Parts: sequence; C-alpha cells; structure tokens
Amino acid sequence: MKRRAFLAGISALFVGACSKISRSDAGASFFHAAEDWHRKAHRALSSRHALVREYSKADISPFFRGNGSIRVDTAEYRAHVENGFADWRLDVRGMVKRPLSLSMENLRKLPQRTQITRHDCVEGWSAIGEWSGPQLSRVLEDAGIMQGANFIVFRCADTLAGSNYYESIDMVDAMHPQTIIAHRLNGENLPVINGAPIRMRVEKQLGYKHPKYLIAIEVVASLEDIAGGNGGYWEDRSGYQWYGGI
Amino acid sequence: MKRHALSTRIWHWVNLVCVTILFMSGLNISNAHRYLYWGHWGFAPEQAWLRVPYFPGWATIPGYYSLASARDWHILFAWPFALGLLFIWAAMLINRHFWRDLRIARKEWKAAAIWADIVRHLKLDFDHGGGKYNFLQRLAYGLVLCVFLPVMVFSGLAISPGFEPAAPWLVDAFGGRQSARSIHFIVSWAIFAFIAIHILLVLLTGPINQIRGMITGGREIMGGRE
Repeated sequence: MKRRAFLAGISALFVGACSKISRSDAGASFFHAAEDWHRKAHRALSSRHALVREYSKADISPFFRGNGSIRVDTAEYRAHVENGFADWRLDVRGMVKRPLSLSMENLRKLPQRTQITRHDCVEGWSAIGEWSGPQLSRVLEDAGIMQGANFIVFRCADTLAGSNYYESIDMVDAMHPQTIIAHRLNGENLPVINGAPIRMRVEKQLGYKHPKYLIAIEVVASLEDIAGGNGGYWEDRSGYQWYGGI
Repeated sequence: MKRHALSTRIWHWVNLVCVTILFMSGLNISNAHRYLYWGHWGFAPEQAWLRVPYFPGWATIPGYYSLASARDWHILFAWPFALGLLFIWAAMLINRHFWRDLRIARKEWKAAAIWADIVRHLKLDFDHGGGKYNFLQRLAYGLVLCVFLPVMVFSGLAISPGFEPAAPWLVDAFGGRQSARSIHFIVSWAIFAFIAIHILLVLLTGPINQIRGMITGGREIMGGRE
C-alpha cells in the first residue's frame, strides 16, 4: 500500500510539473517550435500541390456528422434558411485589388471541383463525404492578392460561447487544389449542420480548420490584430495548434 | 568493454522520457473521443469496436482534461522519440549491437528450446543462453525495437492529415485512418506492458546494479556477462 501511495505521489508530482510547464512561456515557445517543424517537414516531404487521398462513392459514410456549431441562432440566419439562402453573400476583402461580394449564383458559375475526402476531427473521429465548390485559389485570383499578403482569414456567421467563429490558413494551403468553398455535400445543397450554405474544405488539416457558415474571406498580412491574435476561434479560446495538419 | 554502449545508454533514458510523456499525453487525447474504429472512417458508438475507459487526471498529461495542451506535449515529444529511434537503429547497425546481441537466428525457433527458456524464466533464472541475452529477452527487445516503436511512429504519421500528401499509401497500409488510430492505441499499451515486465525483471535481478549499468555502462566480467 505504501509503495502504491509512493508511486501515485511520483506520478502526481510529474503530472503537476507538466501541467505547470504547459502554462509557462518557455513551454509555449517549445510547443510552437515543434508545431512549426511538423508543418515544415510536411511541406518539405511533398510537393505543394500533392493531394490528400480521394475516395470512391462506395467509401462515403452513411451520414456526415455535424460538430461544434450545428446551426446559427439568429433571426437573420433563419430568414436565409427560409428562402433557400438566395440572398447569401460571400465578401472577399482586405489586401485585394478588387474586393468582391459573391452571390451563391456567382459561386455556382465558377469552375467546380468535386472531391470525396476524409474529414478528420481533432478529437479523433473521421467521416467521408463528397464535396463540391469552386477552388479558393480561383476566387483569390479573381480578387487579385496584393503584395505582402500572408494569410487568408475566414469569417463565419456562427458564434460559440458568445464569440464569432473564424479561422485562418497560409497561402500554401489557400492555393492548394483541394482547398474549395463547398456548397454541396454528397450531391445535395450543404445541410445546416454542416455549415449551410457554404463552408471551407482545407483537406490537409483537421476539422476545426474548415470553417462553416462562411460570410467573408479576408486577405491579411498578419494575424496578430485579429480577435485573440492566434489565428482562429479554438486557437484563441483553448490554445489549439494553428497548424492543424498534425 | 562496457556492458552497455554509450549510444544505448543515452537513448534508453531519452526514450524513457519520450515514451512516458507520449503515453500519458496520449491518454488525455484518448479522452477526447473514447471510441475506436476499424477502416477509413468512424464517428459514432455503433461503429466502434471498443469503448475506451476514461483516464483520470493522475494518469494524463496535463493532469486535467485539455486536448489542446495534451496535443502540444504529444507533438513536441514525437520529435525526440522518432529521431531517437532513428539514432539508435543507426547506432545498433554500426556497432553491430543488433546483429551480435539481439538477432534471433532461424534455428533458434524451436518449441522445446523456447519452452525450456520460459520455464527457466518462471523459476526466476535469467542467466542462461550463450550470448548477452537469452531467447525471451531478445524476442522482447526485438519486438519493441523492430515492431512496436516503429509502428508508433508510422501509425502516428498515418493519422496526421498534413503528412498524407507525402505518402497517401501509408494510410492504406494500415487499412485506413481509423485502423491506424486503433493500432496506435493498441501498440501504446503493448509498450506499456513491455515496460511493466521490464521494470519487474529489473527489480528481480538486482535493480541497483542494473540501473547503474544503464547509466555508467557497467563492467563486463570474464566470459562476457555480468
């Protein structure tokens, strides 16, 4: 019994020390460095436009789980649902030569990419679905990115715990062929639980990097002045990794 | 000549720290979604082959539930763990440690001899076999070095979506991402079991001398074994 108490004591000391390091600045700088090395290693090991695995129709899961926000609780959004999102607009703004305000019709008329991919949640589960929509790279090309722009910020209509959801990616992921603005899932218009009427697909990263209920795309030089400064809702709120490819 | 090479000793302790932190932060990550699946996808209890128990704070890093922070630890210590494994493999091949001490020749796979080795182990008689290590020791160390530790690195890479474009075949080699995740979990417990037995056997065979050997290298006595 004494030995057990001793071992439990050692474990508690160790766990306590780790918990302390987690909250320290020195700890944070190590963690950020390690996250960067993973991102750089991933990028070094494959070409910029190398694709994630695409599946066949037979692999599609029978249902696509909704997670995080599964609706937007505003009268405005409910009105959009009522009229089939006919008046939804997607703004493209920030460091662009030609700011855009795109209707659903505009998005549907752009060249479309359809891909059957696997969605991996940071929690561990996966679901497979068929997504369709224009490539983000095409929309950014139309808007014309200005010199010095480094990141794409996605603004969303949904809120979680009182804060607006947002996310961001760098130019490498923004220009990736499988990064699309999806308005269809498994051949149907995007369901509300999956982010209707449009959501991002950033296939080389985990689910929290695929924002739903998309209302604006902002091209920026730095993420520091946006919300909590960490580049995304979960990054600000709970310290999730900005690079969600690990 | 020292009983344990310097490369073995350094790696042993660095790897102990890495495996401990990876295992305990892994238990915290497991708490985020306590179902395991086979195949490419899975997200609901009815698709799961296993419902994993909730691991309490004293067993996890950090000592409270935080997926973000546990992932920080896991992501950081994955580096010294994987590079350390690469290092010890290079060292073992260069200094012939693997070939000389750990390899099991085909003719040694004989049921009677293996059974005799098991019986001697159960009688707590470990000092047998012609080389540095006996059959069961070489089997255990060989499994850990050749299978368990590399599988942890590769199944970990297979779970990572950012790594996928570099080697999409790796996910398929494991039978899908959810299979890779299940294997990652199972093998982590196999390593835990190895460590538990390893520690028990060290305690049974003169722990102070054994630990000193793994720190200073120890001495070799005439005939090659201490």
